Amino acid sequence: MSATVNHIPMPARAEPKLLSLGPLEWARTNLFGSIWSSLVTLALGYFMLKFAVGFIDWALIKSVWTVQSDAAGKLDPTACRIVKGEGACWAVIWDKYRFILFGRYPYDEQWRGAIVIALFLALFVVSAMRRFWRKELAYIWIATLTTIGVLMWGGVFGLVYVPQDLWGGLPITLILSTFGLAFAFPLAVLVALGRRSTTLPAVKFICVVYIELIRGVPLISLLFMASVMFPLFMPVGLNPDKLLRAQVAIILFAAAYLAEVVRGGLQSLPKGQYEAADALGLTYWQKMGQIILPQALRTVIPPLVNTFIGFFKDTSLVLIIGIFDLLTSGKVALAEPIWQAYSTEVYLMLALIYFCFCFAMARYSRGLERELGRSVRR
Amino acid sequence: MNRLFAGALAAGALLTATAAFAQSGSATIDAIVKRGELNCGVAGNSPMFSLPDSQGVMRGLDADSCRAIAAAILGDAKKTKFIPTTAQNRFTALQSGEVDLLYRSTTWTLGREGNLGAMFASVNFYDGTGFLVKASLKVKSAKELDGATVCVAPGTSTELAVADYFRVHKMKFTPVLIQDLSELQNAYLSGRCDTYSTDSSGLAGFRFQQGPKAVEHILLPDIISKEPLGAMVRKGDDKFFDIVRWTYFATLIAEEYGITQANVDEALKSTVPEIRRLMGLEGDMGKALGVDNKWAYNAIKQTGNFGEGWDRNVTPYGVPRGINNLWNNGGLQYAPPMR
Amino acid sequence: MSSPRDAPRKGMQLSWADPKFRAIIWQIVILGIIGGTIWYLVANTSANLAQRRIATGFEFMGRTAGIPIGEHLIAYDPSINTYGRAFVIGILNTLQVTIIGVVLVTLLGTFVGIASLSGNWLLSRLCRTYVEIMRDIPLLLHLLFWYTMVLGLPILREAIEVLPGVHISNNGVKVPLLDWQPAHSWASLAFIVGLVLVGIARRRATRIQNATGDRPKVWPLAIAALILVPAIIWLGFGAPFHMDIPVKGRFRFEGGGAVSGEMIALLIGLVLYHSAYAAEIVRSGITSVVSGQWEAAGALGLHRPTVLRKIVLPQALRVIIPPMTSTYLGVAKNSSLAVAIGYPDLVAIVNTMLNQTGQAIEGIALIMGVYLTISLTISLFMNWYNARMALVER
Repeated sequence: MSATVNHIPMPARAEPKLLSLGPLEWARTNLFGSIWSSLVTLALGYFMLKFAVGFIDWALIKSVWTVQSDAAGKLDPTACRIVKGEGACWAVIWDKYRFILFGRYPYDEQWRGAIVIALFLALFVVSAMRRFWRKELAYIWIATLTTIGVLMWGGVFGLVYVPQDLWGGLPITLILSTFGLAFAFPLAVLVALGRRSTTLPAVKFICVVYIELIRGVPLISLLFMASVMFPLFMPVGLNPDKLLRAQVAIILFAAAYLAEVVRGGLQSLPKGQYEAADALGLTYWQKMGQIILPQALRTVIPPLVNTFIGFFKDTSLVLIIGIFDLLTSGKVALAEPIWQAYSTEVYLMLALIYFCFCFAMARYSRGLERELGRSVRR
Repeated sequence: MNRLFAGALAAGALLTATAAFAQSGSATIDAIVKRGELNCGVAGNSPMFSLPDSQGVMRGLDADSCRAIAAAILGDAKKTKFIPTTAQNRFTALQSGEVDLLYRSTTWTLGREGNLGAMFASVNFYDGTGFLVKASLKVKSAKELDGATVCVAPGTSTELAVADYFRVHKMKFTPVLIQDLSELQNAYLSGRCDTYSTDSSGLAGFRFQQGPKAVEHILLPDIISKEPLGAMVRKGDDKFFDIVRWTYFATLIAEEYGITQANVDEALKSTVPEIRRLMGLEGDMGKALGVDNKWAYNAIKQTGNFGEGWDRNVTPYGVPRGINNLWNNGGLQYAPPMR
Repeated sequence: MSSPRDAPRKGMQLSWADPKFRAIIWQIVILGIIGGTIWYLVANTSANLAQRRIATGFEFMGRTAGIPIGEHLIAYDPSINTYGRAFVIGILNTLQVTIIGVVLVTLLGTFVGIASLSGNWLLSRLCRTYVEIMRDIPLLLHLLFWYTMVLGLPILREAIEVLPGVHISNNGVKVPLLDWQPAHSWASLAFIVGLVLVGIARRRATRIQNATGDRPKVWPLAIAALILVPAIIWLGFGAPFHMDIPVKGRFRFEGGGAVSGEMIALLIGLVLYHSAYAAEIVRSGITSVVSGQWEAAGALGLHRPTVLRKIVLPQALRVIIPPMTSTYLGVAKNSSLAVAIGYPDLVAIVNTMLNQTGQAIEGIALIMGVYLTISLTISLFMNWYNARMALVER
């Protein structure tokens, strides 16, 4: 503890640059600044090196990449069994990666799932670029999401119809989180406006209850509700699909959190903006739609992205109610007896996929925050 | 659209509190016919009972039992929609009408008939709770398990049976309760639990799946509970209950008379009165049930008799027929006479 | 929302042009829609329940449970005790994991947060990498992964004895426990009384120091009250000291205390995931304190650790507390994921209950009710604490 406490830098001071100092000098200040610092560096260096060597040995050197299949075409995991404990068995990934990515989606149609993933990525990239932050972005979203629906379902343009219960893997994770955001966002704006309302106390009350209720309970209880209770709410014979029910639960959940983010944006606007709009004699919706929301939403984009990262990870909870998302398909792939012992490899792969998405979004959000912060400060 | 319409109709019926539905006298059968599909709730992850094969086709004893009912009502076994349910949502799926019936290796108990608004129409598998242990433990009987850690799935009747058994024998145990089947089996395989308890058929199937390592696991001889597994339907629709139950009986009667999928067409020429009634040649049995007279013929033609279903789905897992033999073969499977 | 023009007018007119009238109509419409939807759902549900003859109500809470539970803080026997008691055990297990989790998250988060500002480049990089990796992986995946790791430990019969009496296996950790006797209770009581006395003495010392500049010595009293008196009481009882050391039986360790493998996996997952968030909160809290504070304190000749403890952290706390509250709430809510790896928390137990009784609505209402209570309690407490901290500001 004291080792670290000794070296609190001036927080505002910029980190010394390697170039301006020269490597030796840099190391002296940043790695061996004092006895404590030197000790920490040496200890950490030793452990990191040991870990890195061990990991490379396990993951790359002693690992098995493919296994033989016997005459009947069955895979024979003996090679993996021999190195168990010393080397990774990447053969499980090699055998199952398509199942993990696309679940039970018909094998020959999985290219559609791949396109869907690509479309989602493109949609994220386009939405991330500030020059596309216009009203047209909404149309791009609608168009892309429709295309995704057509691709997944098929049944038109010569595509084979694939019922929803066969969808799975990464597309489901992306669908649950992205559709969740797309539908939760408008709801969230309405709820946030409702909570800020001064003239409609009853509406304000309902919005507060909704937000606090949803934020006070775990997502899993909402998912249970969607999976177990929802059918009882509906009239006989009307049974929305399981995926749709989970999607509704995620939307309701996301909207409560997003509403608080949007409210933060509404509150951050100077009062003068509201007064100026009133002075112009604008109606409530004109004022909100043209003056307040465009400014407020702009400032909340970084926290919005952070909230989205949260949902993206939280969609994995649908595992518990048996929906086939990325994590579930990874687990089901492991249910096959010959691969049962190699869960570490599969979990690492899943972690890597989630990490790539979340890390990219987090980096983007931080960059944006800095950029927006700069423009606000002028 | 059809479903929506049916939903609206049903809602209307409910709201105006006129519960009566016309035609066959069974709301469920009417809904199935209108839909053109039987919604059958299955486990979908349980070898022997219902598990998709590599082509994604649902295989297993429960799956075939569902198909037989679809064949009996709709004349086509392919018109079965399998809806995988979990141990948690199976009963609400049935209660809410999301599925028409459950064939989900569900144990027939009084509590379930009493509290859940459902009843059991058939027993397609007489099972019992057993214990699987590692051979290295050198345990010979469940009575030696005092103090053991037991892996068992929560929310099942096994869970209750295990608790009762240990109490009766004044033994202690530590349960490890994990819903996810593969996670639970992992916990047993890794040695977190000393024993894994579930229906003995499930244990045999699990042991069989271990391939060459099967010898490392021993199925203890003790069967600590009765677990009759069968079809569950909603209460209040007796016609549908009858058709589910008699489709099952029909497959038993067919086995009794040696009528198989292959020779069922020859049975159409039979002179034995009961076979003629089974084949729908006499007696208008189908009409009495509210379906086509060829109902049993269709079921047998398309899914085979009970023994065939067993051989197709259960025998490959090395589970002996045992008490699931026909009554005249020393088992419990018994159908009332069709007359 | 009313525009300035209408301000002078008092009474309301029954005209669409009157914003007050409009507001009322709008509220009636919205309330009507929401109320209608709720009424529709409730009507459906009760019709469904009645038609399907599903039992309703909470009578099942008084029925014998029959469901076994692996870990319970209060005595429990499935064949005697009721669902009500099982429910209480669920709440206690959830609280237990939440409290331990919150403490560990705070400790690890604070450590990593401070260390990520260290002047040591390697240390600060490592801490930031840790934060990035831990929080970008879904918690459920964390739990499944760590549970696999725990299951990979040696089996109970080959348990590793890391310290005398402390055994680690995939069943969890077994530790020796002190065989608790009345002597220990009395000694602990004396110790607590001692703590209170020392606290009072320190306050008095500070008051005298503020008044006169001299600080009277407190430590003699501290030694007497905290060590001597409890020791004398303990000796007076005959100095009982007997450790309950776990002994390996055929299937399990007899005696001693235990932490199960499921709880360990759950805690590791929860703590790693949430400590990453906590570390970020602490880090940004510290950086929010202007550097002038460091410089001024340095100019007074204070050491860096002292500056951090006495000057910076108290100020940073005001920034840290609100987001930290939501992290704590997150720990409480996310402990519900225990259901995936078999720790008998509230959700796992109620889930089994609703499955055995078939009463889904009651079960989920129970889960939601308990979590709402926990969330609101933590919020209220943190609001109170926050208000107290804010008062320090002048």
